[in-house]
Amino acid sequence: MPDPFPSPSPPIIDVQRVTRQFGSKTALNDVSLTVPRGGVFGLIGGNGAGKTTLIKHILGLLKAQHGSVRVFGLDPVQNPVGTLGRIGYLSEDRDLPDWMRVGQLMSYTQAFFPNWDEKFAEELRDAFDLDARAFVKNLSRGQRARAGLLVALAHRPELLVLDEPSSGLDPVVRRDILGAIIRTIADEGRTVLFSSHLLDEVERVADRIAIIHEGRVLLTSSMDEIKDQHRRLTLRFEQSISEPPALVGTLSRAGQGAEWTYVCSGESRQLRSAAEALGATVVDDAALTLDEIFVSRIQN
Amino acid sequence: MLIHISTTDGVPIYLQIVNQIKYLVAAGRLAAGEELPPILVLADQLLINPNTVARAYRELEAGGIVEKRRTAGTYVSDQGSPLARRERLKILTDRIDALVAEALQMKITLSDVLKLVEQRHAALQPKPPLE
Repeated sequence: MPDPFPSPSPPIIDVQRVTRQFGSKTALNDVSLTVPRGGVFGLIGGNGAGKTTLIKHILGLLKAQHGSVRVFGLDPVQNPVGTLGRIGYLSEDRDLPDWMRVGQLMSYTQAFFPNWDEKFAEELRDAFDLDARAFVKNLSRGQRARAGLLVALAHRPELLVLDEPSSGLDPVVRRDILGAIIRTIADEGRTVLFSSHLLDEVERVADRIAIIHEGRVLLTSSMDEIKDQHRRLTLRFEQSISEPPALVGTLSRAGQGAEWTYVCSGESRQLRSAAEALGATVVDDAALTLDEIFVSRIQN
Repeated sequence: MLIHISTTDGVPIYLQIVNQIKYLVAAGRLAAGEELPPILVLADQLLINPNTVARAYRELEAGGIVEKRRTAGTYVSDQGSPLARRERLKILTDRIDALVAEALQMKITLSDVLKLVEQRHAALQPKPPLE
């Protein structure tokens, strides 16, 4: 099956070996990341892993201390108009002017973006059930996220960047967000980058993912590949053992007596032969959820 | 079309769609010639990436379960085709494997299993209307 990526056009985001320190803390350590045009890219990692710092570099809100960042082939720090003008951004803290009414927020944002589609913005406002006269500061958490999402979407940006869009939100708002992501990439050539620790959502919509941990990129992969490459094998040995033998590619082992479960990375067939060579029977061979893959990789 | 996606059992989403559509077709709930939802519509309904739906449709097409038509759209293929019948037999074979494995584990003999199959088959026959 042909891989939809790499796409023939140049990457939308190209981060090369970016390092960033805040005082003595290294927030990003030699981080490289390439986001191809089109599709959804999921950035996953725990709190404090570096996702927001990386996103701020991509938006030109932080300047790389080492390394380079290119968005649409341009340096976002040197060229904010050429980059930010084509990006729709929803920050983690939903940074919006509290004193404005929703309608004013829309007009205010419209002034920055020549591609703003007024009719579409109104449709979104209606679909999100936002009162144009309501003050931003009085919006509930969910409504605030919807308002932020509206102004990020209404100019149909080439690149939609969402930082933890679903965190703290109820399932109804989360559906709105996932729906917005899907409809964005339904348009040819548009790209979504989102960071999240809600891995079941990432699993639903991402084409490619990168795992960030303690400021480093642990791995980058297509969703298909990472799911194919990680399996949970349950092995039954001929007798009880206290210390299960290592299998090549094992990320973790658990169990007792004669049955042990291995979380492995590597093709299923290789793992099975390795297990059989140890004299064990494979009694279960299951796929792992993205959540389980993430946890086992982090713990290594 | 009633399809449910789960992200809790690890099975790749495209494969869940493929399996469920195969089942719906084999069970007669999706008729030959019936159109499948457009990729974007199903993606929106299930809240998944359209590429995942596209991949599922491609696999179903490769397996002869569905076909693309020139007027755009994806349709369930004619069920008389040998490829489709093979698919149906494969689904049953998978179920039989699971049944046989469980019977072995529970130490139930093959002849008991076969007798049970006949009993259940008889129980599922439509009953003649009472006079």
